[in-house]
Amino acid sequence: MITDSIVLANAIRKHSVRMVYRAGASHIGGAMSMADILGVLYSSELRYKPDNPQWDNRDRFILSKGHSCVALYSALALCDFYPIEHLDDYGKEGSFFLSHTSHYIPGVEVSSGSLGHGLSMAVGMALAGKIKKKDYRTYVLVGDGEMNEGSNWEAMLLATQKGLNNLCLIIDYNKLQGYGRTSEVLPLEPLSAKVQSFGWNCITIDGHNHDDIKRALAEAKQTTGKSTAIVANTVKGKGVSYMEDELLWHYRSPNEQEYNQAIKELEL
Amino acid sequence: MRTAFVSQLIKEAEQHPDIFLIIGDLGFNVVEEFAKKFPDRFLNAGIAEQNMIGVAAGLAKEGYNVYVYSIANFPTLRCIEQIRYDVCYHNLSVKIVAVGAGYAYGSLGSSHHATEEMGMMRTIPDLVVASPGDPIEAKAITTLSANYQGPMYLRLGKAGEKQVHTTSFDNMMIGDIVALKQGSTGRSALLATGSILHYANEFISEKGIDTSLYSVPFIKPLNKQQIKELAQKHNNIIVLEEHQKSAGLGSAIIEQVSDMYASGEISVFPKIKRVAIDDCFYHLSGSQAFLRKNAGLVLHENMFE
Repeated sequence: MITDSIVLANAIRKHSVRMVYRAGASHIGGAMSMADILGVLYSSELRYKPDNPQWDNRDRFILSKGHSCVALYSALALCDFYPIEHLDDYGKEGSFFLSHTSHYIPGVEVSSGSLGHGLSMAVGMALAGKIKKKDYRTYVLVGDGEMNEGSNWEAMLLATQKGLNNLCLIIDYNKLQGYGRTSEVLPLEPLSAKVQSFGWNCITIDGHNHDDIKRALAEAKQTTGKSTAIVANTVKGKGVSYMEDELLWHYRSPNEQEYNQAIKELEL
Repeated sequence: MRTAFVSQLIKEAEQHPDIFLIIGDLGFNVVEEFAKKFPDRFLNAGIAEQNMIGVAAGLAKEGYNVYVYSIANFPTLRCIEQIRYDVCYHNLSVKIVAVGAGYAYGSLGSSHHATEEMGMMRTIPDLVVASPGDPIEAKAITTLSANYQGPMYLRLGKAGEKQVHTTSFDNMMIGDIVALKQGSTGRSALLATGSILHYANEFISEKGIDTSLYSVPFIKPLNKQQIKELAQKHNNIIVLEEHQKSAGLGSAIIEQVSDMYASGEISVFPKIKRVAIDDCFYHLSGSQAFLRKNAGLVLHENMFE
């Protein structure tokens, strides 16, 4: 269990790079951009019991951008849901550690991989919490490209209709998606104004500044009558110089030399 | 059928505090009593079907047995990926209820004709596909679904379907094929699913045709033992359904019989005739009866020879 968010975020980054390197897997860029958000959530924000992943009062966390699962798998291992050595199974034949988030892994609420699914499920879970008068909170982390999916906006309409202030959406706004810049593929701007116009509270932050992240999460908790979205401005590939803001690292896996350099940079 | 479904669902909801009903902004004059009796367990998700299924999955994950009610293609094809991934992959208790099977909403046009969805739904693992033949079967399947933990698709007609069965079911099981009439020679068997069952029953009664008649309220899973017995007993099987020929009930039965024949479980492959829609859309205005006739969903005496 790591209670320092910066220590946890850095460990998430190192394990994530190691996992994709060993497995020859893709999608490291988006894992790095959200590592600080996971670092804060799992070190101090979320209520959970690693020895009882289905604990009824746990906060629900859904990673909707399932392709960035290495960061979540690392966070869960570092927070004692399973031994850290299990991460070595990632991408191996017959392993439960798929290259998209799998609910067969302890601590993972739902599987994801097809984009635009997590927020709707989160709305259902938050609504159940309201009806059953439970005080757990529901968090969902989506990618910015994922906000192209209309289902997200359908879900936002319903969250507003139900006043789900126990629901917090975090958008990992790293400005790159599958085939280019979000500003060119399907421009989201003005994103914050769009979200607010759907009746949500919206907070824009630096998604790598832990104080920012903590303040936004605290504000979300205090918000009444509506859901909160945190637009986290991030950098894809954050923490490794040659990966930062490069679309290539949505696809490529580091070679040995690149891996060694990444680990060196992350240990500084 | 929708009346039989909703009135039984209300009775079940009184017994089962986990039952939750979501509508996709449809159900005027149908769901009001449920909404009034169980306001905490009722939601209008609006005209947003993809989200509706995701929300249903989220509620089911928190312990509810969630019914999602809408028309024909809207709670099925419009959101089939959510059904496959959110509901079925997570094996959650979501019951998708579509009214308007086949051409029930005849003159509303092809957008409202549910003529492909059964085939698409039956390819999804872990999803039970139910297609009751009359209000008595709809009621029995509603009770069954209230006690079943897992995903299910209920393909209902509309309103005013005539009863075929004369008595209620005490205990319907998933996959049951229901015998309605036994022919004296055992040669031919007519199988029907959905509300077209009534036509099948009337046709053989009026023409005095000596055949067995079965209702098939479950497209998936099929009761393999019953299919085996049917295939062994009859050398002429006619399958009637209000759905495209491809991937429908007739196809499902042919697949099963073929597998049994290939594995040696049965030694004779009976003749199986599918009476279904032949890979067509229909763009004419008309009643359900008119469209059925146009689509060739018609029985002939010589089919039973």
